[in-house]
Amino acid sequence: MFEVPEDRKYLESHEYATTDGETATVGISDFAQDELGDVVFVELPAEGDEMTRGEEFGVVESIKAVSDLYAPVSGTVVDVNEELFDRPELVNEDPYGEGWMLEVEVSDADEFDELLSPEEYRDQTE
Amino acid sequence: MDYDQARYSRDDQYEPLLAEKNATRVEIDEEDSPLPDELTRDAVELPDLSEPELARHYTRLSQMNWGVESGPYPLGSCTMKYNPSFTEDVAADPNAAVHPDRSARSVQGSLELLYDLQDYLARIGGMDAVTLQPPAGAAGEFAGILVAKAYHEANGNDRSEVVIPASAHGTNFASAAMAGYDVVELPSDEDGRVDVDALEAALSEDTAALMLTNPNTVGLFERDIVDIAEMVHDVGGLLYYDGANLNALLGRGRPGDMGFDIMHYNVHKTFATPHGGGGPGAGPVGVVEELAPYLPSPRVRERGGNYELFDPEESIGKVHGYQGNWLVLVKAYAYIARLGDEGLADSSAKAVLNANYLASQLDYEVPYEPFHHEFAATAGDRDAADVAKRMLDYGVHPPTTKWPEFVPEAMLTEPTEVENRDSLDDLAHAFNAAMADSDEELANAPSKTTARRIDQVSAAREPRLSWRALDADGE
Repeated sequence: MFEVPEDRKYLESHEYATTDGETATVGISDFAQDELGDVVFVELPAEGDEMTRGEEFGVVESIKAVSDLYAPVSGTVVDVNEELFDRPELVNEDPYGEGWMLEVEVSDADEFDELLSPEEYRDQTE
Repeated sequence: MDYDQARYSRDDQYEPLLAEKNATRVEIDEEDSPLPDELTRDAVELPDLSEPELARHYTRLSQMNWGVESGPYPLGSCTMKYNPSFTEDVAADPNAAVHPDRSARSVQGSLELLYDLQDYLARIGGMDAVTLQPPAGAAGEFAGILVAKAYHEANGNDRSEVVIPASAHGTNFASAAMAGYDVVELPSDEDGRVDVDALEAALSEDTAALMLTNPNTVGLFERDIVDIAEMVHDVGGLLYYDGANLNALLGRGRPGDMGFDIMHYNVHKTFATPHGGGGPGAGPVGVVEELAPYLPSPRVRERGGNYELFDPEESIGKVHGYQGNWLVLVKAYAYIARLGDEGLADSSAKAVLNANYLASQLDYEVPYEPFHHEFAATAGDRDAADVAKRMLDYGVHPPTTKWPEFVPEAMLTEPTEVENRDSLDDLAHAFNAAMADSDEELANAPSKTTARRIDQVSAAREPRLSWRALDADGE
């Protein structure tokens, strides 16, 4: 059974955005990291870049596959987890904690309504 | 077949490099060098070995390697054919060693060969005009898409999209993007073919081309190809044929007759020239009459019994120096000429027969049928990469794994026409024995090869691209 924390919402393509802070923390789900297998490379936007809901914002590469990352919400990137460039394995070890990818200043909070709730996402991955 | 691969090692290192065996320091008189001091050295270490030492070194390396001359090599979509050595003899003929700057008058034989090869390829593909310039299949794709773009622009059509099935080779997406197009990805239908409804929705006045591989990546023939061609042409788009799987159709079906407008030929897959391994290769491109003026230059034509180079009037320009990779083209020509019409048709028949015989001997599910020259078996609840590694222990090369992605734990298998029944049975045994082995045996495989299980994760996370660790000064 994969972990699906309650403090965030999810995209069908397995990215999450936290809902409890002033900014949203963005990353990929436990299910996604397990499907990908050992992550060996993460490409992320730079601080200050804009991202648009549903559009690609980066790339995650494992020994099995290269996958695009899609933005769960629109906004401005205010922080990037540069630790992942040296230690991509954090995405596997702790996808919701140390394996976070971006902090985003959300431009339209209504977009959260269009994301999957933890319950809906859990149903999708079962 | 029982198998143990050779393994030469000393102090945990495989066969040392030549310079590590014995080297001599050679002093260089740098006074003579026109280069700046920081770019020159005073001395260099050069290998110093006897002829037998040298011969043994390379023999050992070859024994620790695996190639199609060692055994079956059924990498699906890669088409690892055996390269007949007579084509090497032809390419090594002193008459083939002509300088590309020689006058057309003095190399009529070479130009005739190129002209005839253009003609053979055109007839094999059902195309009207062929360029031999592009140096690889992917380079052919790119040239072909540039031709499509030049054609649309000349007709005042500002088109922005190229439609490509999700199962296509990655190069298709790259070629279209490199040419400045947006890529529209087409899902496969339940049968593994082009979803005609999805295609209908994807096509528009913005469609520059649809790129298709037929038979496709899981070996299925696109049965709706005539309707597909009509749909693409109805919106003013062009139909591009990726020649990666032409070896399934040789002498039996022609892309031109199916409605394709542009195609590239992977001569290494179709006509058994060596795989490039980075080059040199060749990826000729054929087009219908309407597109011929845009082909890369130069092409070869015949005028009054003489052969000459010419630039097509609206040419997209040069995509390679001189006449393409001449010696690769010589090998393709030699293969076609030696096999002839009957031989080429026989090679495609045997490619399809071999794939179907092999699949019939496997204890694996093959979800998509009826396939032609290759098939995607699934390893089910086993890890395809582990099964493949275990197959190495049975003395064969495994198939392509985990691709295409829409087949779970895919083992994409293409034995090619060169294998006989015995070697197909060896392959089937390796497939079935590996699948029957325990999880532990799979997790520790391979155990009989020179290099044992590779740590893929560390190799990707901390790549060391030198045979020995360098310090910060590069010493």
